[in-house]
Amino acid sequence: MVRMDDDDRVFKALADPTRRFLLDRLFERDGRTLTELESELEMTRFGVMKHLRVLADAGLVVTRRSGREKLHFLNPVPVRLIHDRWIHKYAERRVSALADLKTGLEETG
Amino acid sequence: MTTTMTAQATQVYQLFIKATPEQIWDAITRPEFTSQYFHGVTIEATRDERRTYQNSELKNVSQVLEFDPPRRLVHSWLSYYDPEMAAEEPSRVTWEIAPQDEGYALLTVVHDQLEGAPKTAEGVSGPGWMMVLSGLKTLLETGKPLTSFN
Repeated sequence: MVRMDDDDRVFKALADPTRRFLLDRLFERDGRTLTELESELEMTRFGVMKHLRVLADAGLVVTRRSGREKLHFLNPVPVRLIHDRWIHKYAERRVSALADLKTGLEETG
Repeated sequence: MTTTMTAQATQVYQLFIKATPEQIWDAITRPEFTSQYFHGVTIEATRDERRTYQNSELKNVSQVLEFDPPRRLVHSWLSYYDPEMAAEEPSRVTWEIAPQDEGYALLTVVHDQLEGAPKTAEGVSGPGWMMVLSGLKTLLETGKPLTSFN
């Protein structure tokens, strides 16, 4: 089970091109079945299932039953939390470093 | 956040919160909690109705379809705060609370039946629900609101 402070699983899940491809497919259109997702990949059903399980363990994909079908949904919350925790902080710093550089150059120029 | 997606007719949001199911239930149904994280409005959910107040004025009443404390709350949704969205068909919001180990609970929010409400779907997707859910998590875990809505 994932925990909110368990970023490792999210990074690990995102570190694979096939899994990122699956996330992009769900981003385009959510709520797909395994069969639909499988049809877009040259991969065995078992292989796709394995990737979906890693994504589900990281909390990036949530499955819901609809009648007899099992639908896969993109869960945006873990990516948002990673963004807030890891990306936003460093991007801010970079931006301010560039701003400082600009000020420095303008002052000397 | 940059996004080019067409908002989905079913949206699923899931997160772990370090709180008991009862605490989460209170935080989503009682006015003293909702006022601290729900886009500046105060919400009270009872067995029959989910009422939204702004500055003590009743703004919206939606129907409660299922009321099963502390596990499941289902209610209708109408984005009354925007005239174009308010003219769309009502959609549905389901809150599911599942207890986990170590004092955590898993909260799943499903906003669906949005087929007849594309503007609402766009409006609530991503940052819309994310602000509510991040605010709810922060409030329950730290006792303090994430942002003030003054």
